[in-house]
Amino acid sequence: MTAPAWLAEAGRWLEERVGLSQFVELGRHKQVPLHKHSVWYYMGGMTLFLFGIQVATGILLLLYYRPSEGEAFESVQFLMARVPFGWLIRSIHSWSANLLVFVLFLHMFSAFFLKAFRKPRELTWLTGVALMALMMGFGFSGYLLPWNTLAFFATQVGTEVAGRVPMVGEFALRLLRGGDQVTGGTLTRFYGIHVAILPALTTVILGVHLMLVQKHGMSVPPKIEAESERTGEPLRSHAFLPNFLIRDAIGWCAALGVLAGLAAVFPWELGVKADPFASAPAGIRPEWYFGWMFQSLKMLPPHILGFEGEVLGILAISAAGLVWFAVPFLDRSPKPGNRVSLAFVASGWLALVYMAVTTAMVYWPVKG
Amino acid sequence: MCASVLYPVLRYLVPPDIPEAQTSRTVACREGELKANEGKIFAFGGRAALVIRGEDGEYKALSATCTHLNCTVQYRGDLKQIWCACHNGFYDLSGHNVSGPPPRPLEAYQVNVVNGDVVVSKS
Repeated sequence: MTAPAWLAEAGRWLEERVGLSQFVELGRHKQVPLHKHSVWYYMGGMTLFLFGIQVATGILLLLYYRPSEGEAFESVQFLMARVPFGWLIRSIHSWSANLLVFVLFLHMFSAFFLKAFRKPRELTWLTGVALMALMMGFGFSGYLLPWNTLAFFATQVGTEVAGRVPMVGEFALRLLRGGDQVTGGTLTRFYGIHVAILPALTTVILGVHLMLVQKHGMSVPPKIEAESERTGEPLRSHAFLPNFLIRDAIGWCAALGVLAGLAAVFPWELGVKADPFASAPAGIRPEWYFGWMFQSLKMLPPHILGFEGEVLGILAISAAGLVWFAVPFLDRSPKPGNRVSLAFVASGWLALVYMAVTTAMVYWPVKG
Repeated sequence: MCASVLYPVLRYLVPPDIPEAQTSRTVACREGELKANEGKIFAFGGRAALVIRGEDGEYKALSATCTHLNCTVQYRGDLKQIWCACHNGFYDLSGHNVSGPPPRPLEAYQVNVVNGDVVVSKS
């Protein structure tokens, strides 16, 4: 089947001005390694796809959302009850935000365990961790926007956590809340952060991250590399275009199906409008990806060695975040059999198990 | 030059410090409004406070802001304790932190019944 003459002519016109064939050629020449861990290569593309869903549904939500204390809840209520498919757009936005964080965690932990951060990909890791922080920021700021009770107290606690960081806490708290308390001013501020500041930062850092992935190609795990060197067999690979991209696209279609199913069967609830002078309701908890921090702060005793428990907890979580960020500079010899490198793998598994267990405790609290 | 650009931006981002109107006295509820072993959240200045009527009919008033991470507490009549749902912190009726993560007691206020109003004041 040949393209109609007008389409071929339009293609030629575009080619003369843009040179799209260069990009197609680049995609055909780009090779993606094939080995037993190749499945993890698809997580980055999946995260990017879900981010695209977030942008598209987020823009649609902006058309009805009103970022003020008096109107935010009502505007979301109107969107869900009266606007055709408003419930679907909001549910897809909320579900894809959660799936995005889940897939991002898979992407990040697979990069960690397969040592994809090693030279020369240190900056790819740093920009990736920065993107994870930005996505958590999107989740935290977006959670408040419907101005419901759960969101109000989650923001109260979350900003208070930032406020307890020694030295910079007070500044951070007022910066985030736009005052001393969580008010309509905080809502407006979070809206600005969610729809302008974070997207701008994400565009720049994501651009650098993708450029670095393109420059260095996919990382091959050290064990696979060592095995190839030992046997003398070259690594298998396939072309990014079309082989890898087609498989990626199949995953995206599946993700879209899962999202549509989740949104239709479990529409995202709106809850009860926030009342700053109401008690925190029973069963209050943050989004699941903040669950491990929430549970950790819950389990700490009031005082440890003369310091307030939550302050030490917040410092420990901040230190863990810094270590995670600096992994490429700490795990400097990620070769098979290297003891330090193995210790990092073990620590990664411990961290993962700790996060999974404490998150489970948020949903299934231990009685007694 | 960087500093001359960044300084105004940073100052702009942090809102001005507007002192709250000093409220030292307010009516929490009417005298018959609360039954024995019941509590109620009320606005005391810009903050949430809690008035409790004990089983003996006596009133107590405390700050309702948990000293752990700033959630608003509630009175649990079934336990006869003050409870913070956010991180499962407990206080006794005098506001002392008794279990869970809260590091300090709740601030206690004075309560007087004046002409049928339960009046709460800071000492």
